[in-house]
Amino acid sequence: MKYQAEFRDPQLAEGLLKAIAATSCDYPKNITLMEVCGTHTTAIYQHGIRALLPEKIRLISGPGCPVCVTPVTYVDHAVALAQRPETIIATFGDMVRVPGSSSSLLHEQARGATIKIVYSPLDAVTIAEKNPDTDVVFLGVGFETTTPTIAGAILTAARKNLDNFYVLCSHKTMPGPMAALAGDPELQVDGYLCPAHVSAIIGANAYQPLVDAYRVPCVVTGFEPLDVLQGVLMLARQVINGEARVENQYNRVVKAAGNRKAQKLLKQVFEPCDADWRGIGNIPDSGLRLRSDYVRFDAAQQLPVDIEPAVEHQGCLCGEILKGKVRPNDCLLFRTTCTPEDPVGACMVSSEGTCAAEYKYGT
Amino acid sequence: MCLGVPMQVKTIENEMAVCEIDGVQREASLMMIDNVRVGDYVLIHAGFAIEKIDAEEAQLTLKALREALDMGLVPE
Amino acid sequence: MKSDVILLGHGSGGKLSHQLLDELIVPILSGVDQRDQNDAAVLAAQQGRLAFTTDSYVVDPIFFPGGNIGDLAIHGTVNDLAMAGATPLAISVGLILEEGLAISELREILESMRAAAGEANVAIVTGDTKVVPRGKADKIFINTSGIGVIEHDLEISGSNAQAGDKILINGTIGDHGMAVLSCREGLELESALVTDSAPLNSMVNKLIEELGEQLHTLRDPTRGGVATTLKEIALQSQIEITLSETALPVNPSVGGACAILGMDPLFVANEGKLLAFVAAEVADQALAILQRHPHGKQAAIIGEVTATNPGKVRLKTTIGGLRAIEMLAGEQLPRIC
Repeated sequence: MKYQAEFRDPQLAEGLLKAIAATSCDYPKNITLMEVCGTHTTAIYQHGIRALLPEKIRLISGPGCPVCVTPVTYVDHAVALAQRPETIIATFGDMVRVPGSSSSLLHEQARGATIKIVYSPLDAVTIAEKNPDTDVVFLGVGFETTTPTIAGAILTAARKNLDNFYVLCSHKTMPGPMAALAGDPELQVDGYLCPAHVSAIIGANAYQPLVDAYRVPCVVTGFEPLDVLQGVLMLARQVINGEARVENQYNRVVKAAGNRKAQKLLKQVFEPCDADWRGIGNIPDSGLRLRSDYVRFDAAQQLPVDIEPAVEHQGCLCGEILKGKVRPNDCLLFRTTCTPEDPVGACMVSSEGTCAAEYKYGT
Repeated sequence: MCLGVPMQVKTIENEMAVCEIDGVQREASLMMIDNVRVGDYVLIHAGFAIEKIDAEEAQLTLKALREALDMGLVPE
Repeated sequence: MKSDVILLGHGSGGKLSHQLLDELIVPILSGVDQRDQNDAAVLAAQQGRLAFTTDSYVVDPIFFPGGNIGDLAIHGTVNDLAMAGATPLAISVGLILEEGLAISELREILESMRAAAGEANVAIVTGDTKVVPRGKADKIFINTSGIGVIEHDLEISGSNAQAGDKILINGTIGDHGMAVLSCREGLELESALVTDSAPLNSMVNKLIEELGEQLHTLRDPTRGGVATTLKEIALQSQIEITLSETALPVNPSVGGACAILGMDPLFVANEGKLLAFVAAEVADQALAILQRHPHGKQAAIIGEVTATNPGKVRLKTTIGGLRAIEMLAGEQLPRIC
């Protein structure tokens, strides 16, 4: 078994869809389920799952795209760093086209900045090693799946005694925003599909406080189509039976306590802090910053630059989209002024943003 | 982006492993997991193995889905 | 040639230039004698319509698994002519060389071009060579233009796809893009990924001969991949296309590389593939024609055309869902051809 094709089996998918239909057919209300992971957003669109589900089961997307929830001022900060002489910006691909207040990394590259797209933060460390006279800044954006890898990269840079490797931190954690949304009286979420790989790190138990405080069902769900369908089935059952528990659909990867070693690595290098979530605002303890032992790698502290005042575009509904309150088609800019080639907000430019997904895959 | 890909460990040297999916190989760091052996399947994200894949649990999941389908029952 | 690298003098038009042309470029590419070299190649008048195409190649790296910028250039131009239903007649080669390019690398590229032109049965009849200072070009850029003859009266074009048509492809998708990407610095993928770069004119000839008017559209899915090309045709012909995900031939290694890098093979460049829209009644026959050809062993019927939602392309997913296919936005892969 190779763990991909088997979880896309069309017959098993049909079985799950029948079960979902049978379970929910007599339920008199709508069931609104929210996923909070860009990979779930994309997977649901890519496999065309929404239309296969009974109409009363609504899948909505929450703030699951780390690039989308990153405030505009972070992009402006990255742009300012890119304009520094003798500086290389190393980043995951999706940050490159995100619009800042007046520029983007792609624009800065056209103007002469050195931007390198890397697949792993370790590649950025290698770039720093190979270019000792240049400052290499890695853009640290991501949730708990990615942040331990950045911790690993920092520890590697420390081991190699590199003095030219930095991280511009904008790390965020779940389930803080999930609680913020669960507590929002305007939002009706009946259950959460919890992110597969974030959960691999933080563990299924991490959602217990959410269940305890808000009585909302949480099912840790994988990304393959059978995973998503099974996750939906498990949530629907809980909702219909009036239950509220944490369940783990993705138990071939996710453990109840998560990946202890990765959590240790995280705690060694990072500590919790408050964080600004675009569209939601400030959520206490939902971010991660470098501990004092590692502050020498903090680009914000070590490489001072002037950052322009942030400008949020008028009419951009990214904030409401990220809370699952509106869908892309509700935004007047969607498909007219805001397109993947000419994005206004992050939801459109990030490869896993809700608007980008709707634009690319929505039927 | 959680581009977690299931890959098989081919070789291990210190804390680095060469992992493979369908003939494509890439190095990955084992800094985040313990007790990995050649032949194990791991989830690779951004150049790191973030967790081992439990073959037994995977089989059980699929088995349950298949049985439910065969019997026309609602799968657990 | 005394130097082992290209010097600025090689592009100046003087003695060094002539040396480069006479000792290396002309003998390898065309073998035309110095006495017969003029400012322009003169071709005999042709019966039928003429097709004319041009392409420039800036692929990075210039050598990639299974090919290089040279044979890629020849295949690309031959294929553009073939997609118009033309028999390639003559090709021009414009070279822009960076000062410092190794002569050995140039030689290897030129020899590949000659071999590619030979396989496609087309003559390289004229060319130009310029040299720019170090840093002003990336090793070598190539422009190829091609003229072909259309001897038949068929209208094979992107606006001729019709409701009821079946869509075929001659093999696996995304091979070229992933092969090139796998050797880009920083991505470090070890694999057996190989470009699919190949000339398709003999395959097209067979399709035209045997299918005639039942062959409606031909296009090669290069940059932007199969998805972008199908979207173009859907808009041009104002028809709807439905693709089947299970029918798409994908090399497992391409699938694996795409999974690692977060890419979709449908949007990755191909350089040895064609999409053919044929009348439904001849779909099986068309498939057999492709499968008999050396560059069509893994050919498949991948979709069909309807008239319901003009301009739309949809994919039926493996689990029976539907998703829209739009054009590739932005740059999935820079400098892929």
